[in-house]
Amino acid sequence: MTTSELPTAVRRRDGVAVIDLVGDVNGRAEGALDAAWAEATAVDTDAVVLNFEDAGYINSTGIALIVGLLAKARARSLPIRAYGLTPHYREIFEITRLADFLAINPDEDSAVRGVERSAP
Amino acid sequence: MTTLTGSFRRRLLGRSAVGEKASRDDASLVAVPQDDLDPVDIAPNDPLLAYLQSASGAVDVEALELDSPALASLKAAGVKLAVPLVSQGELIGVLHLGPRRSEQDYSTDDKKLLENLAAQAAPALRVGQLVREQQAEAVTRQRFQQELEVAKLIQQNFLPKVLPDLPGWQVAAFYKPAREVGGDFYDVIPLPDGQVGFVVGDVTDKGVPAALVMAATRSVLRASAQRLVEPGIVLERINEHLCPDMPEKMFVTCLYGVLEPETGRFRFANAGHDLPYVKTADGSVELRARGMPLGLMPGMVYEEKETILAPGDSLLLHSDGVVEAHDPDGEMFGFPRLKDAVARYPGGGELIDRVLTDLRAHTGPDAEQEDDITMVTLSRSPGLAHASNGSPPAGTATRQLVEFEVPSAEGNERIALQRVSDIVAPLGLGDARLKRLETAVGEATMNAMEHGNGYRDDLSVTVRVMAEDDVVRVLITDHGGEPSPDRTAEVPDIEAKLAGLQRPRGWGLFLIKNMVDEAHETHEDHLHTLELVMHRKGDDDDDE
Repeated sequence: MTTSELPTAVRRRDGVAVIDLVGDVNGRAEGALDAAWAEATAVDTDAVVLNFEDAGYINSTGIALIVGLLAKARARSLPIRAYGLTPHYREIFEITRLADFLAINPDEDSAVRGVERSAP
Repeated sequence: MTTLTGSFRRRLLGRSAVGEKASRDDASLVAVPQDDLDPVDIAPNDPLLAYLQSASGAVDVEALELDSPALASLKAAGVKLAVPLVSQGELIGVLHLGPRRSEQDYSTDDKKLLENLAAQAAPALRVGQLVREQQAEAVTRQRFQQELEVAKLIQQNFLPKVLPDLPGWQVAAFYKPAREVGGDFYDVIPLPDGQVGFVVGDVTDKGVPAALVMAATRSVLRASAQRLVEPGIVLERINEHLCPDMPEKMFVTCLYGVLEPETGRFRFANAGHDLPYVKTADGSVELRARGMPLGLMPGMVYEEKETILAPGDSLLLHSDGVVEAHDPDGEMFGFPRLKDAVARYPGGGELIDRVLTDLRAHTGPDAEQEDDITMVTLSRSPGLAHASNGSPPAGTATRQLVEFEVPSAEGNERIALQRVSDIVAPLGLGDARLKRLETAVGEATMNAMEHGNGYRDDLSVTVRVMAEDDVVRVLITDHGGEPSPDRTAEVPDIEAKLAGLQRPRGWGLFLIKNMVDEAHETHEDHLHTLELVMHRKGDDDDDE
């Protein structure tokens, strides 16, 4: 069984780019994630927020793709946050220490507010 | 001119002749089509063939005296001169010439010219013949290949897509067609009252005819088995259906048995098929029942026997492709070796794996498979004599819940993790522990497909789920016998990855080890197995 490429959408809210991830985050998602990142950072943005509310299965390759996004964010000193993770994937983000480099919020409001609060 | 090639060498066709051009000098020759000449057949034993083969030059047909029907035909057709076309000592054609238009005889110069022409034309003609032969062979090969594809399609469509999950039993099957696709088939048929029918058979012949007979046999068997539970009666019924329309020299061998999973009772009848073996506490035992192959003659009666498959027993149904595989010296693998393997090895899928390993060792790793190979195993878990509802009684040993295969293709780990999750969910793992097991199974399957099997189409990943009182074990097996560097990857460090000191990937094994209570790797022969162990109750259940 193969899954189709991860559909993504990029929204802007209060100076923050929100990337909605819909479906599985695996090796097939690489192109869509790269494109979404490019779109999200094409204009000045205070932070990028990853919305996992509609994400499905996330495998180790998907984790690697998120590490790749973190590396890009770090290179431009851009904060990156996430919300909508199930308890299981939140645990995986903690075990892998992704959570040390990406703030995890329960919902979009708190994720966006968190950026606003931390802004200078 | 007539050319002689392959199967056409017996025939000389007088489709054209060469005659004299009267308007110029006598020595010049032109072709004069005479398409009304009938072909001349030359029998293989006609003395004219031998004469032309040994002739040193042009042959005066009218002057030749031989007791040869072909020669008489040539004379009747008006052929005056025959010039053999010989290439590398082989007669490949003949130039036939009718009378000269001047009505004079062919001169010595004419003949010399024709002989020179024949000597130069013969090699070129031979090249043309070879090209034509190769083209014909290519067409034949292509047709043969298309027929094989059709036969494969028919056979694979009629093989079971899934094997049943029988509590307390393990069912495993292996089927590999030979290149030319023989007539092996097997089937597992759900029957009334929870009984299950098991079939293994072999149609003589190969290719599409065998595949069609196999499909017909399977269809009649499936229909009959639902109405007639007695295996002997079922085989009688199939035989009566097949006999009237069975192609000449074809027949079907078939073993049909009916299992009562709760009691282990196995009733069976045999239509001339290789005897199945049962691994028992006392060694391996043949299951004998007499009966003629199906489709040979009507009115046959099939002896019916029965046995009890006790806890720990394992039944092997097999086709002759196993025992009739030859080693480089021509020695067959044979029944004694197979019987011994059944006695020595564990049952189920592992028995199949071990027999295949022995078979490869016998034939040699590069030997082409001679015939279809089919094996079906039916193993009763030890200590489950009274299990009937899928739940093991207290104090029972390990029982296998399911064994299945996943083709090595990107994304197929989802199939494995979902199937394992469905099987394990009723066992009482908390939601968080079930999710962790799913992730571990997904990662382990992905590793097996990628690093073990190299995403090869012909290599599958085998997944087995075992249950004990308080533990679930998932065994994931691939064909990567030795640990590869990818399997023993560095411990992932996210800071190193963000700094570009480690590649972003390499999380799989780390996740597996952190998701389950234990993970063990084993390597045996050419197989690599990762065993994932999850206790049904964990310290972290409170977190769920």
